Amino acid sequence: MTGFEATAGSGRPDRIGYVRESRDGRHPAGHAGALASKRIIVGYGFWIFLLSDIIMFSAFFATYAVLIGQTAGGPSGRELFDLRNVAIETACLLLSSFTCGIASIGAQTHRGSWFYGAMAATFILGATFIGLEISEFAGLVARGAGPTRSAFLSAFFSLVGCHGMHVSAGLLWLLTMVAQVFAKGYRPDILRRMLCFSLFWHALDIIWVALFTVVYLMGSGA
Amino acid sequence: MSHAEEPLAPDDADIAPGDEEVGGHEPIEGIGSYLIGLGLATLLTIVSFFIAGTTLVWGPSIPVALVVLAIAQMGVHLAFFLHITTGPDNLNNVMALAFGVLIVFLIIVGSLWIMAHMNHNMMPMDQIMQMQR
Repeated sequence: MTGFEATAGSGRPDRIGYVRESRDGRHPAGHAGALASKRIIVGYGFWIFLLSDIIMFSAFFATYAVLIGQTAGGPSGRELFDLRNVAIETACLLLSSFTCGIASIGAQTHRGSWFYGAMAATFILGATFIGLEISEFAGLVARGAGPTRSAFLSAFFSLVGCHGMHVSAGLLWLLTMVAQVFAKGYRPDILRRMLCFSLFWHALDIIWVALFTVVYLMGSGA
Repeated sequence: MSHAEEPLAPDDADIAPGDEEVGGHEPIEGIGSYLIGLGLATLLTIVSFFIAGTTLVWGPSIPVALVVLAIAQMGVHLAFFLHITTGPDNLNNVMALAFGVLIVFLIIVGSLWIMAHMNHNMMPMDQIMQMQR
């Protein structure tokens, strides 16, 4: 009892959850669980959010897969998709995932040149991706293959557009992170937000892997 | 008595998703896994794009190959970018991921399965039009 109180009262601000104990009040309910740092709790919570976001995307993927043949006499993916454009988009997002990793290393080791440089590269690559996607969408709409043309195109625009909106939100978050680090420095709470941002950005790249495979490669090749 | 004050043994502690156990404080020490991940992911992406347009392999095998390559690349991203490992410090992260993958699998395969059956059982469209007259 005393030992546990000493732990709980020892004032470790980075440790939360230490009040969890068994009924007799003598032992912590779980040794490791009772001492999870706030960084682990925040990261884990965001991980759960990302997984639920991926589950939401799976519904869009299922919709697309079901509607892929319902072109209503309109153009199919084989006639519409430009794989060269998709390859550039893929390269942008993959490289931005890498530079985002560099930025999180820079944030953790408090190296401004690494952090700001890598964040700038991530932003440029992400913005290039969004720009290419917008021009692709605009081209499709101009050719009369907008989301209202067929069920297939509705599903295509919702799935790819939903990912694009996630990337756009990620770009805004990226700018916010840079501003926060610039204004407040490498505080633990800022670093936790940076952890969440890098998780988010890597998850977007994972969704893009599924997306370019299922939508573009399978749609235009096979 | 106050065993909780001692630093936790490595296999006792959890680790946040995305975090990696790196010994030092030099940025260069953490970059290795990202470089490996970038290399492997680039390789898998190039193979995917090559397979999609090739006539070298038997046609019907192409979608299967693409799905396998995509799953492999997602695994590379999880391991080298998100640092999800099979270690005991990652157990909670892996369990949550496994549950997520289960739900994703159920939604996608279940939807395709059900809709394929419904298409199969549905009367051809021209006959439906006939009946509505």
